[in-house]
Amino acid sequence: MTDIATNTPELAAGTAVKGRSLWATALMRLRRNKAAMVSLLILILYIFAGISGPMLSPHHYATVYPEYVRVPASLEAYPRAEEIIPQAESVLTRTRLQIDAIEVNGNTLHVEASSEREIDPRMTRYLERSDIFSNVRIVETSGDSRSVVMEADVERLRFLFGTDANGRDLLARILVSIRISLMIGALATGVALIIGVAWGATAGFLGGRVDNVMMRVVDVLYALPFTFFAILLVVFFGRNVVLMFVAVGAVEWLDMARIVRGQTISLRRREFVQAAEALGVSSGGILRRHIIPNTLGPVIIYMTLLIPKVILLESFLSFLGLGVQEPLTSLGVLISEGARNMRSAPYMLIYPSIALTLLLFSLNFLGDGLRDALDPRDR
Amino acid sequence: MLAYVLRRLFGAIPTLFVIITLSFFLMRIAPGGPFDRERALEAKVLENLNRVFHLDRPLWEQYLYYLGNLARGDLGPSFIYRDFSVQQLLGSGLPISIQLGASALLLALLIGSVLGTIAALRQNSWIDYGVTAVATFGITVPNFVVAPLLSLIFGVWLSLLPAGGWGNGGPANMLLPVITLALPQVAIIARLIRGSMIEALRSDHVRTARAYGLPARMVVIVHAMRAACLPVVSYLGPAAAALLTGSVVVETIFGLPGIGRYFVQGALNRDYTLVMGTVIIIAVFVVVFNLIVDLLYAALDPRVRYD
Repeated sequence: MTDIATNTPELAAGTAVKGRSLWATALMRLRRNKAAMVSLLILILYIFAGISGPMLSPHHYATVYPEYVRVPASLEAYPRAEEIIPQAESVLTRTRLQIDAIEVNGNTLHVEASSEREIDPRMTRYLERSDIFSNVRIVETSGDSRSVVMEADVERLRFLFGTDANGRDLLARILVSIRISLMIGALATGVALIIGVAWGATAGFLGGRVDNVMMRVVDVLYALPFTFFAILLVVFFGRNVVLMFVAVGAVEWLDMARIVRGQTISLRRREFVQAAEALGVSSGGILRRHIIPNTLGPVIIYMTLLIPKVILLESFLSFLGLGVQEPLTSLGVLISEGARNMRSAPYMLIYPSIALTLLLFSLNFLGDGLRDALDPRDR
Repeated sequence: MLAYVLRRLFGAIPTLFVIITLSFFLMRIAPGGPFDRERALEAKVLENLNRVFHLDRPLWEQYLYYLGNLARGDLGPSFIYRDFSVQQLLGSGLPISIQLGASALLLALLIGSVLGTIAALRQNSWIDYGVTAVATFGITVPNFVVAPLLSLIFGVWLSLLPAGGWGNGGPANMLLPVITLALPQVAIIARLIRGSMIEALRSDHVRTARAYGLPARMVVIVHAMRAACLPVVSYLGPAAAALLTGSVVVETIFGLPGIGRYFVQGALNRDYTLVMGTVIIIAVFVVVFNLIVDLLYAALDPRVRYD
């Protein structure tokens, strides 16, 4: 037992040692668990990405770039440097001008063109119409208007993770889906927590016939094929994300109820509960003040393991096409789109898969770490 | 023994009844009906369809009608797959799902117990850590990530195996789906075996067997394994259920004609009878598997008695 050090400086100095609470000890143990700390760090990054990522990302998750459908992931900006001039040339053929010189200087396109007839300055619109060029201006016109020098800004975009089959930035979509996943994880787990704790504590506390009936309900719900239940809920609640996850939470509370009930039954016979009863505290008061706070440890452990389960479930439903709807997206939707496009664009499958796996990994490791930290019997 | 089996089977009837009732009414509460189309059907046509399928009767009458048919072993006609009864659909899909699930379970038992045993015998070595890491990986990575990635790597990039399709159940077509289904089960079984094997190796009867001078292989396989596989046996019930639901994803990705897709298709299209049929099949499976598990348990552990 190295947790309780006996030769701390305080003791040596003869000062009173402050008792460590359960939570302080747990935190200390958690800090020593490297896997859990790394997971916590990754998780904080994910939360940051979920909250502010979509705002920081240069592209909106629903913006469509029709010129860049399914461009592979790359650090280089699009259009690639060698593609700009051919693009400009193909656009300029429609102006029927003789191109004398064309070059790209940084982000500006420089064109010298001439024609046998007088040049209409409105022909710059051909260039404007293309998504790549903007702010086209005529710098110089010769006296007879038969040759011009014009410049245009080249809009260069970066798609670090590439774009999807509709030409939307994959990075922005992954960031938004992380936000959705985390939100749903928190929401559904919260619902499961409230129902499960209330149900389990009531059943365990009242005991007898009430307990029997309440736990039989849990048993029956357990026997229902779960996927079926989730699909029915989706069908029933329509495709509203928030309602749907209230519904998922309403399914996932069964384990929570069992855990809390077991804890409550053992707490029920403890002296402090009997003392409270003897003092005439109402049942509701005992539940709120004495029973529920004491079940918190196992509940927190189960909660951290429930979050990845819920996120996984959401991705699973979205994968089947039952989850969030376009243009909003989630990791499950992205993975299923990736699976459909994997022959031509494997990165569309790989990046969302990595994002989901890493998130689930860190949540699971953190949950395991918390269990080790909060439950000393297990060690 | 036989009395016990019969009692258990009869005991499952109320559970099945509640499941059937609950799913029947849940399905009907959901808005929409099996004949809703983008363009509404003509009123007369709809009326006739509803009459043919008894949908114009009050709900409780439909429920009794369904129960009556069910008692006679009739699951009714499918609403979306016209000309097929639910029995025919499930009859063609179920063998495929069972074949996949059983292969995956066998593979998982084999690999999982070997990995778990090796990890337990070399506790705290790099092999042990490796197995634990693989197990965590297998449990965490969802099957709808594993399936397309496997299909991408082996089907598209390496072109070693078909990327999807059933092809009359050839081994090449089965390999990737079975691996996908087995992977999480391998992980869980390896973990369970590792834990219980470590305990079993320290137990008295193993020490006695060693003291008799039995060869180490014999001690592990015969004496320790028998005690160590008990948790795995009790895990088989949930595993069977997980394989059946896991098959929904695998069948979707690899394009296999099992029962999983009927389930999703049916729920989306409000094919009431098809969904009910699938639910009943899955529920019966879970009940039967739990019974088998309990009997196996008694066979392996003589301390457990059922009278």
